[in-house]
Amino acid sequence: MPELYAFLIEKSLVTLFVFVAVLVVVAWTTLAERVYAGYFQDRLGPNRAGPFGLLQPIADGVKFFMKEEFIPDRSNKVLFVLAPTFTFMAAGFLMAVIPFGDRMTLWGREIVLQIADLNIGILYILAMSSLAVYGVVMGGWASNNKFSLMGGLRASSQMISYEIAMGLAIVALLMDHSTMSLRQIVLNQGGAIWHWSVFSHPLGFVIFLVAAYAEAGRVPFDLPEAEGELVGGFHTEYSAMKYGLFMLGEYIHMTIASGLMATLYFGGWQIPWVAAPENPGFWWGVLTFAAFWVKTFFFMFLFMWVRWTLPRFRYDQLMTLGWKRLIPLGLFNILLTAVILLVSQQLGWAN
Amino acid sequence: MATKPGIENDPYRKYHLTLMERIYLPAIAKGMGVTLSHFFRKPVTVQYPEEKLDVSHRWRGRHVLKRDEFGRERCVGCQMCELACPADAITIQAGEVPPERRHLHTTERYAVTYEIDMLRCIYCGMCEEACPEAAIFLTPFYEFAEDSREKLIYTKEMLTEKVGGPIFYKD
Repeated sequence: MPELYAFLIEKSLVTLFVFVAVLVVVAWTTLAERVYAGYFQDRLGPNRAGPFGLLQPIADGVKFFMKEEFIPDRSNKVLFVLAPTFTFMAAGFLMAVIPFGDRMTLWGREIVLQIADLNIGILYILAMSSLAVYGVVMGGWASNNKFSLMGGLRASSQMISYEIAMGLAIVALLMDHSTMSLRQIVLNQGGAIWHWSVFSHPLGFVIFLVAAYAEAGRVPFDLPEAEGELVGGFHTEYSAMKYGLFMLGEYIHMTIASGLMATLYFGGWQIPWVAAPENPGFWWGVLTFAAFWVKTFFFMFLFMWVRWTLPRFRYDQLMTLGWKRLIPLGLFNILLTAVILLVSQQLGWAN
Repeated sequence: MATKPGIENDPYRKYHLTLMERIYLPAIAKGMGVTLSHFFRKPVTVQYPEEKLDVSHRWRGRHVLKRDEFGRERCVGCQMCELACPADAITIQAGEVPPERRHLHTTERYAVTYEIDMLRCIYCGMCEEACPEAAIFLTPFYEFAEDSREKLIYTKEMLTEKVGGPIFYKD
């Protein structure tokens, strides 16, 4: 029994730690996005609240809570309130299977810096990221506003289209790693830097990257928002913290998508050429945790970088890219991977 | 010979995309190179309240009523500026200089009150041009913000140069 309690406490603490860490990262990502946006446009970005503007996220949070909470007349009130929570939660659920770090020893216990090492981790990720679209569609529908509805419609068709491409990219990866456990995939990528999956699946990575951008609803695939055409898209009618939750959900999604890219294709918490010690101490855990975030931060920067480079796709271009380019490419990638795997197995080159 | 129908002659499809353009990714990489070069460029932002851009010496901002070399008010209350003002921003009440204040004025006529509504003023400089006594000038000062409209009606006391040296001019 004490073992069970200890296990529960350990997992609760890891969950709390991961949740808080991600939320803190997300809060300051909003600031980073705005500061980087400034630098990309030869200006400074927010630097007034606190030193270097570091208190800006807190100021934003306070503002979100102080603003008037507006629910449109003749909207579907239940769904309207539910939608932002749904987006936020669906994005938050994704944290559960991301391996944030390797094992570490703390207070005499060996802890894995991952909430749950599911043996169907990737399947879980795909399932949960599909759930995120419900919040957007619900919000668009419940608002009783044509712009919101258009945004919700676009979101649903966009995410359904790109999920297929993303799934196909991942299938090729799974054939190589022959596991769905994210921790095992990371462990497989240890050792030299060329063990990272990106070097064996460059095409798959590009497909996954593009699909992840579309899934997160980020530029150039931010059609659900499309402020130039749809006012604010699905969150036109949202104000105060409900809007804040949509924003947070979007940024969590972005963070998790970046973490996923790092995990699946760039070795996760692995540090190239550094092998895990026999008895991982406290600092090994910290080191791998840091390594994971360095890679994740790079991809988050990439998200912002792309945002300030590319214009938004037209809707038909989006669909063309998704169905006529990415899906065939994904299928081709699977075929290619299969052929290479088969040939290498026949010739005895396995690994 | 009539032009043949077909994609080559379609005026709306002037450009044929090459293979590299159709792959699209090289163009994205190029574009991202451009944005990254801007990322490392020095920002052009002027952090306004702390940093200010220099303005021209001929900048038309806040008015000043000048004194002559003996410290006497140059303005004689002739109301030429009031007449010239296209925005009707200037209001003058002229009067006769009392004997005990005679040494403060150049003639026996002076402006008892001289008000400029800074919200009405369009800073055109017509008052400057109209003034026969070279008494009113516009200065490069441009920060007027106040919390009420009344505070932006500047009175003679606020506008007249203080005795003991020119104000508002930097050099």
